[in-house]
Amino acid sequence: MTAPAHEQGGPLISVEHLTMRFGGLVAIDDVSFSGDNSEITAIIGPNGAGKTTVFNCLTGFYKPTVGRLTLNHPAKGELLLERMEGYQIPAHADVARTFQNIRLFPAMSVLENLILAQHNELMRASGFSVAGLLGMRRYHDAEQKAVERARYWLDRTGLTTRADWDAGNLPYGDQRRLEIARAMCIRPVLLCLDEPAAGLNPKESAELNELLRYIRDEHQIGLLLIEHDMSVVMEISDRIIVLDYGRKIAAGTPDEIKDNPDVIRAYLGETEEEALPEVVAQDLEHPVS
Amino acid sequence: MEYFIQQLINGMTLGMIYGLIAIGYTMVYGIIGMINFAHGEIFMIGAFVSIITFLMLGILGVGWMPLAVLIVMIVTMLLTSVYGWALERVAYRPLRNSPRLAALITAIGMSIFLQNYVQLLQGARIKPLQPVIAGGFRFMQESDFVVTLSYLQVFIILLTLILMAVFTLVINKTALGRAQRACQQDLGMAALIGINVDRTISLTFVLGAAMAAVAGLMFLMNYGVIDFYIGFLAGIKAFTAAVLGGIGSLPGAMLGGLLIGLIEGFWSAYFTVEYKDVAAFSILVLVLIFRPTGLLGKPDIEKV
Repeated sequence: MTAPAHEQGGPLISVEHLTMRFGGLVAIDDVSFSGDNSEITAIIGPNGAGKTTVFNCLTGFYKPTVGRLTLNHPAKGELLLERMEGYQIPAHADVARTFQNIRLFPAMSVLENLILAQHNELMRASGFSVAGLLGMRRYHDAEQKAVERARYWLDRTGLTTRADWDAGNLPYGDQRRLEIARAMCIRPVLLCLDEPAAGLNPKESAELNELLRYIRDEHQIGLLLIEHDMSVVMEISDRIIVLDYGRKIAAGTPDEIKDNPDVIRAYLGETEEEALPEVVAQDLEHPVS
Repeated sequence: MEYFIQQLINGMTLGMIYGLIAIGYTMVYGIIGMINFAHGEIFMIGAFVSIITFLMLGILGVGWMPLAVLIVMIVTMLLTSVYGWALERVAYRPLRNSPRLAALITAIGMSIFLQNYVQLLQGARIKPLQPVIAGGFRFMQESDFVVTLSYLQVFIILLTLILMAVFTLVINKTALGRAQRACQQDLGMAALIGINVDRTISLTFVLGAAMAAVAGLMFLMNYGVIDFYIGFLAGIKAFTAAVLGGIGSLPGAMLGGLLIGLIEGFWSAYFTVEYKDVAAFSILVLVLIFRPTGLLGKPDIEKV
């Protein structure tokens, strides 16, 4: 039917020749990579490297200028994400994501946030709310299941005691974990995490590592991870993709990436000394006292 | 005192009708942040569908009034909902991501279009309807002024309360309502957890139109005469009610409707009937100046 790479048994998600242009600006330039089930694939790179843009293409926020995003869904077969309507990507292709700046429904309770993520099943079970209003058993059962699933994830993320809080009032670290719990309530096959460790303290990010590992090993879904916190990336990633100025400059295991000269150059700049402008050099020598 | 109670009853009846229309304004504003100025026309269409259905039932010989009213209500809600759905689909959805002004002008355009559409199809003359529900309770018969609570008023007040209760239940307890509240908070995020945003918005218009349809039916039964222009004034007053209660807030819309109805009722009773609209709209001005978020609306707090 198509190229061998997309046949059953290919990687869970394969991104091929993804290019995204905004007018004259090339945000992503011919990037290809893939990620698999039970695997954490990290995408790293300096600020502005195009990491979030990759996610936005994957989750239907942007339509890629060029490229093909194939999801090998375990139950539904091969799906082309770039051709799907925004809301279908979580609803039909089962791809979930979290955000760099947390986007919960702040005026709703923690539990409601999680039940909302199971909206489509509930809608179907409730016959578009008609059965729900009539108090029919089918809807009741479906809601019971939704609550049970929510409870499981509350337990996993340590939020059980705060289930009734408004999501907006939770402490920052809890909001981060709630976002992951909500994404998991969609029952995704691919979870895209955009800087889940941003703003967490060392203890919280250690807990996060644990949670992500648990999701990978127990639920055996694919995870894509954008992260700046190297203690997270190096510890839990199975593979790392490095982007710089929208290009892929390296890919490999954490150990391979750690010593890759291209990566070091992208992060730390050229090693040769840069001559400071004279004014700045003088300022440095005679600081204002 | 008797006079006061009578005006209280009249004002409440009127307020219920305004409240039902105001729900449509407030829900649409809550979700997509636009004022649907064509909503008054949806109410007017509801009144027209009602009168046509009443007349057809008369021809078919459905004589038992409770059954007739029930059939009319169901038919009106269904047909008017289709108008509400089509309005969103044709006029608003293509403009979803355009500047607010474009959507506002489109709404006004649709309002004028629907008025003329009904005028062309049904003619410009006033359409009368025989009283459907006659009679009522009479209180305080020993005093000079006899207070009358007609069966029709009881019907309007009870039906509105039931509808609002059902509606509150839908919004707070069902999957659809949950999705609507989610869309109200963050449209983009709602799509990202798999909620079909377009369908949710469509259903919001359908629900709002169904409420306005019942309001149209009540208006028709209460006043007995309608024309193609009734949607304008009733629509603007319901909008005032929504703003007074706090636009975006459902209990606010109900409360606002009730207050506007009472203000209008008492003003016409104790001051001058000619200036009752002035009284209602002065409220709009005062609210916008002194409490722009309305009675029950929450102020937008920008998080830094």
